[in-house]
Amino acid sequence: MIVGERKPFDEIKEMVQDHKKIMILGCGTCVAVCMAGGEKEVELLAAQMRLAAKLDGKNVEVMEDTVTRQCDREYIEPILEKARECDAVISMACGVGVQLLSDLIEEIPVYPALNTRFIGTNEVEGVWLERCMMCGDCVLGKTGGICPIAMCAKGLVNGPCGGTNKGKCEVSNEKDCAWTLIYRRLEKQGKLDNIREIFPPKKYGLHVNPIRQVNEAYLHAEMEEHHG
Amino acid sequence: MAKQSFKKALDSGKFVVTAEVGPPKGTNIEEMLHHIDLLKDRVDGINTTDNQSSVMRISSLAVCRLVREKGGEPILQMTCRDRNRMALESDLLAANVLGINNVLCLTGDYISVGDHVDAKPVFDLDSVQLIQVVRMMEQGKDLGGNDLDGPVKFCCGAIVTPEADPIEPQLLKFEKKIKAGIEFVQTQAIYDIDNFKKFMQYARKFDVKILAGIVLLTGAGMAKYMNANVPGIFVPQNLIGELASAPKGEALKTGIAIAGRMIKQLKDEEICDGVHIMAIGREGLVPDILTAAGL
Repeated sequence: MIVGERKPFDEIKEMVQDHKKIMILGCGTCVAVCMAGGEKEVELLAAQMRLAAKLDGKNVEVMEDTVTRQCDREYIEPILEKARECDAVISMACGVGVQLLSDLIEEIPVYPALNTRFIGTNEVEGVWLERCMMCGDCVLGKTGGICPIAMCAKGLVNGPCGGTNKGKCEVSNEKDCAWTLIYRRLEKQGKLDNIREIFPPKKYGLHVNPIRQVNEAYLHAEMEEHHG
Repeated sequence: MAKQSFKKALDSGKFVVTAEVGPPKGTNIEEMLHHIDLLKDRVDGINTTDNQSSVMRISSLAVCRLVREKGGEPILQMTCRDRNRMALESDLLAANVLGINNVLCLTGDYISVGDHVDAKPVFDLDSVQLIQVVRMMEQGKDLGGNDLDGPVKFCCGAIVTPEADPIEPQLLKFEKKIKAGIEFVQTQAIYDIDNFKKFMQYARKFDVKILAGIVLLTGAGMAKYMNANVPGIFVPQNLIGELASAPKGEALKTGIAIAGRMIKQLKDEEICDGVHIMAIGREGLVPDILTAAGL
């Protein structure tokens, strides 16, 4: 899932200081699970906004809503009318949600309430860990299901650096050395030969921002249906 | 001493000695030039570090050229931290045309351990791939598959950490470096010669020259600090005791004696092919270490 973290209140407050009628729109998927931008967090931010407005002697109307997924047009469309009645929207979605919403209500500014951080997994309650860098050239089949691009600070694909330290990383004792994890897992699987070969340099040419993916078979079938 | 190339020294079968200079942070190079003068005739090669410990300094390439101009034999340290593959290849070409024919390929410390914590870490290539690039460019091709108008030629090396914990993944990478085509290895600092002998028993299987890393101990405090904070360095208790029991103000002298003694043992017992001396800020003491070692 996409993991986000709410921005400090003062930063959010400053972004919307010139607006009088504000909608705070949550997202019910990834950022709700990571406790950053779901319904509960919308409620909390709305309360903070109302309180701050009162303390500042400002008359600000704050509306709340949460959709299932802000990265999906069909979920956003039902709230667009309501959003257009406001003079600003604070999106509590990831950066994708913020952008799609902004694309759909161009004339009204959309402000991000979160910093979108990574895609990862829930380690233990309240702790999330980055697990994939979306490099577009997956090596997990060779590395025992542990990603050296995401899990090694340096993204090394040919083994550990000299900073590896009793299973931890030179960057921090709180980070595991990805290559110790990979080695140990492949050892258990009897598959160490997987990593004895030299991995070639990553193909960054696969990742030219923004990447667009096209399903040719689908487009072709659609076209045939229309013309047939 | 450096009247022959580093490569020739390696091939001659003699006990090879390299040292390093750390480029300064700033344009005042007076002290560094003095260090180069002290070292150039007493060692077979002078490494120039590449933004060592992720601290921004004069580029290693420029300092290599200064070593060359002073009549020394430079060994260019290249990390993968600050340059993408194009910049690395471009600097390899630059090195060769500036008369620098030795390169040491390293991963590089992570950005956050240094003095530019918000810089973008590059690591486009890793050390193994960088070695491959050197060998590829010697065949007249770059990493994009294009022809070079004039190939490069390097004596190419890498590092290994014989005390890494765990050691197995480290050795797996070491073997990849050998497969990629290195001619020499400069190790991370070693202090326990018995442990190092075990490593050498393993490393002797490969056709590569091994220079043991010698880091000058300046006192018991430094030794304890390294044990606690530097991955892959292990100073045994007896050496810490020896430094601690040195008379007041004599710890550094003891450190020099320890380094000299270790080098002498490595040479006399033919444990490895040479040493790489890292005096870390005390480069001026390297001649004393060499004298203590009988070199």
